[in-house]
Amino acid sequence: MRSAVIMIGGFTIMAVAIYVAVNVLMSGDTSQFMYLEEAHAADTVIICGEVFLMCLVCFLSIKYKKYYAILISMAGTLPVLWMDLTGKAVEGNTHFRIDTFAAVMYLIVGIVGILICIYASGYMKDYHHHHTDVVDRSNYFLALMFVFLGAMFGLISSDSLSWIYFFWEITSVCSFLMIGYTRTQEAIDNSFRALWMNLLGGCGFAAGLMYSNMALGISNLSQVTSAEASKVIMIPVTLFAFAALTKSAQFPFSRWLLGAMVAPTPSSALLHSATMVKIGVYMLIRLSPVMEGTLTGVMITVIGGFTFFAASLLAITVSDGKKVLAYSTISNLGLITACAGTGTTEGVWAAVMLVLFHAVSKSLLFQTVGDIENCMHSRDIEDMHGLIIKLPRLAFIMIIGICGMFMAPFGMLVSKWAALKSFVDSGSVWLVLFLVFGSGSTLFYWAKWLGKICTVIHQSFELEDITPKSEMVSIFPLTAMIVVMCFAFPWMSGHMVQPILNEAFHTNIPDVIGGSDVVIMMIMVTMIFMIPIGARFLSIGKNSKMTMSYVAGVNAGDDRHYIDSFGKERALYMSNWYMEDFFGEKKLLWPCIWIATVLVLVMLIVVVGGALHV
Amino acid sequence: MYKWMIIKALLYILLAPVIGGLMSGLDRVFSARMQGRQGPPVVQPFFDVNKLLHKQTTVVNSIQVLFVTVYLIFTIFTGALFFAGGDMLLVFFALSMSEVMLVLAAFSTNGPYSIMGAQRELLQMMCYEPMTLLVAIGFYYANGSFMVDELITKPVPAIVQIPGFFIGFVFILIIKLRKSPFDLSTSHHMHQEMVKGLTTDLSGSNLALVEIAEWYDTVLMLGIVGLFFINNNPISRLWAIIAIAVVFFLETLIDNLFPRVKYKTMLIVTWSVILVFAGTNLLILNVLK
Repeated sequence: MRSAVIMIGGFTIMAVAIYVAVNVLMSGDTSQFMYLEEAHAADTVIICGEVFLMCLVCFLSIKYKKYYAILISMAGTLPVLWMDLTGKAVEGNTHFRIDTFAAVMYLIVGIVGILICIYASGYMKDYHHHHTDVVDRSNYFLALMFVFLGAMFGLISSDSLSWIYFFWEITSVCSFLMIGYTRTQEAIDNSFRALWMNLLGGCGFAAGLMYSNMALGISNLSQVTSAEASKVIMIPVTLFAFAALTKSAQFPFSRWLLGAMVAPTPSSALLHSATMVKIGVYMLIRLSPVMEGTLTGVMITVIGGFTFFAASLLAITVSDGKKVLAYSTISNLGLITACAGTGTTEGVWAAVMLVLFHAVSKSLLFQTVGDIENCMHSRDIEDMHGLIIKLPRLAFIMIIGICGMFMAPFGMLVSKWAALKSFVDSGSVWLVLFLVFGSGSTLFYWAKWLGKICTVIHQSFELEDITPKSEMVSIFPLTAMIVVMCFAFPWMSGHMVQPILNEAFHTNIPDVIGGSDVVIMMIMVTMIFMIPIGARFLSIGKNSKMTMSYVAGVNAGDDRHYIDSFGKERALYMSNWYMEDFFGEKKLLWPCIWIATVLVLVMLIVVVGGALHV
Repeated sequence: MYKWMIIKALLYILLAPVIGGLMSGLDRVFSARMQGRQGPPVVQPFFDVNKLLHKQTTVVNSIQVLFVTVYLIFTIFTGALFFAGGDMLLVFFALSMSEVMLVLAAFSTNGPYSIMGAQRELLQMMCYEPMTLLVAIGFYYANGSFMVDELITKPVPAIVQIPGFFIGFVFILIIKLRKSPFDLSTSHHMHQEMVKGLTTDLSGSNLALVEIAEWYDTVLMLGIVGLFFINNNPISRLWAIIAIAVVFFLETLIDNLFPRVKYKTMLIVTWSVILVFAGTNLLILNVLK
């Protein structure tokens, strides 16, 4: 019953989102989609909503004795409230505008986000089946997911800064509630960490909002992004960018996203792919034209590039599947941040493409890890040894997902390629270095995971694949999308990304990756899919003699035991490399956070302080 | 124009295994003479591969064969793309993809030596991947294009502007050509602590395919070395060939001079060399630009 409601409701929302997005994309002129010039009633609702959120945070903070959250929440909300109530806010501008970028985000949230909700309806049943110690509040959880998506739609359609702020705070509080779902001590600690970091970002946003309203007389985001570059306009831009860094979990704020994996898998999928972290980069991409060539832009690119590199090194050292995914998210978001910070057209092209590809691949990977955990009761990569024999269907989907994240000619690599070109063209040498070294380590952690999955173990048997149908309803379309997007990226570039550049920069650029390269990429994609199919028909390797693998002794018959020189049977297991003493979390995490903190502080002090001083 | 590209690609596909095999034979002769031995005839690698092809193939599983086949096809594809005048970045992306296939072939066997070789191979890739990408970027900085067929028509050879990249690239060639001190994943000399590493569980025609793929790979790598010296003057091609010969000899010499190092040493040394030579070169180019 519940699944049916979610499916019908979900698909309706998805259909509407696609309808709106297609309409906007096809319209040719997006300036017509502006709504709500006078919105007193709605403004009142939003003020009430902000007060409600603040009260909710206060209540929960008192309940769990984390009083510092109250302070941050009040520091963000009360001044904005005062500004709204005393009528100091600028009024009379449109509150909603749907342009091409919003339409593209609609597609991401509408398709990927809704598929995750559908996945959740089946997943939560299994989850409570395995975790009997957790109180079943799955209705509440699913409702939260839809509230989250609602807030996302609100945020990407809003142009009014105060409305964006409201939706921004909803997502912060929603993610806080979802992370704390299990109510264990760890979950509570992690959820409050997510809360304070995001509320801190919210404070930055609130400050930017107030400054632009009261000092600059600007109430809308589009006015900020189209403003002439000046020292004063950089104050709100820097503050918004700071808020975006917290949302998209860049160093030094990455720890909230790493802690977020204590929650059930659908929430991780939602936070990592379609929603939460994408808000941050959404803001940065919006701000990108103003940031070009400014100190803020440089600092944002440096923080992003640094995050890309450091997180990819850290991802090598962890074996928990979800944690690897978390570090990979942080790392990829770092790349998007860096692209947006360059403020060049090519950078934004790469950033939008990365957002699209990352959303699809990452949500698929989280969902498969969740299913594997339900089937095998572990999500450790070491336990995925021989997955291709144990759970062939999930293993296959996972292989496509992982390939989508790092391998030529799949989507993420196309965008990484474009990112590299844009860094080279904008002369950002440090970013080029971060990117090339980061790609080395990215390749290492994905390929070794891929290797674990592809290991074929003799005398091992297929496990029962208990993945319910409702989850496959979500997983299959996502897998198909990864494959289709490999072929469709030139089309996506022309119809989705170019119009965004048009609106943001009022220029058209030649195809970042075009001409003969596209042809060759297509040949590669076709080859990748044709060779396995061809091999099946040609029965390559079917008539060779089978043997056991070489163990420098007598193989006991299953590649996992051998008979030693005393005639005893001994177990044998090859673990992946994690190089913890080299890049381990204990060694690297805190130094990275401190370095990034210094960078963020320098950015805030120099830009904001410098402009206020003059 | 497309016709010429296809002809060049076909020439590579036909000639590269011959050249690669001869290089491999020469390498063995050089090594033998350095060690005061007579050594095998230059065409020995062809005999070896021929023998492998006629042996009965034993496999550990059937996926293994698929991965090795994809590895060979994509290695050839990568080289053909380079010699036909394609995009340097795409060449390197396709190259790392084909390498991953070889690693997966080793992983799939679940044999201890294969998997150890596979992990080491991945680490080797992590070591040289930054440099390969930087080489493409270096050419772009020097001559303003990623396309090989445009790079060879420039008036000044790239080496003048990017000597640091050249040094870095020659350095990572030690890894790429599986030469000691960085032949961690599999070596050309058997009976060592890792048996045959990556290729331990490959035999017969599968092993022959890997050998052939490595010939193609060698030619591609030496082609990139040549690209540093080529400009629109036809005589520059002679310089390129001399440079290739010198580099190849140097690699063999290094192979015979240094014992194998630990993986940590390899990671630190290669990344430092890349950063110091290529990184500094990049910074200087950026300032001058």
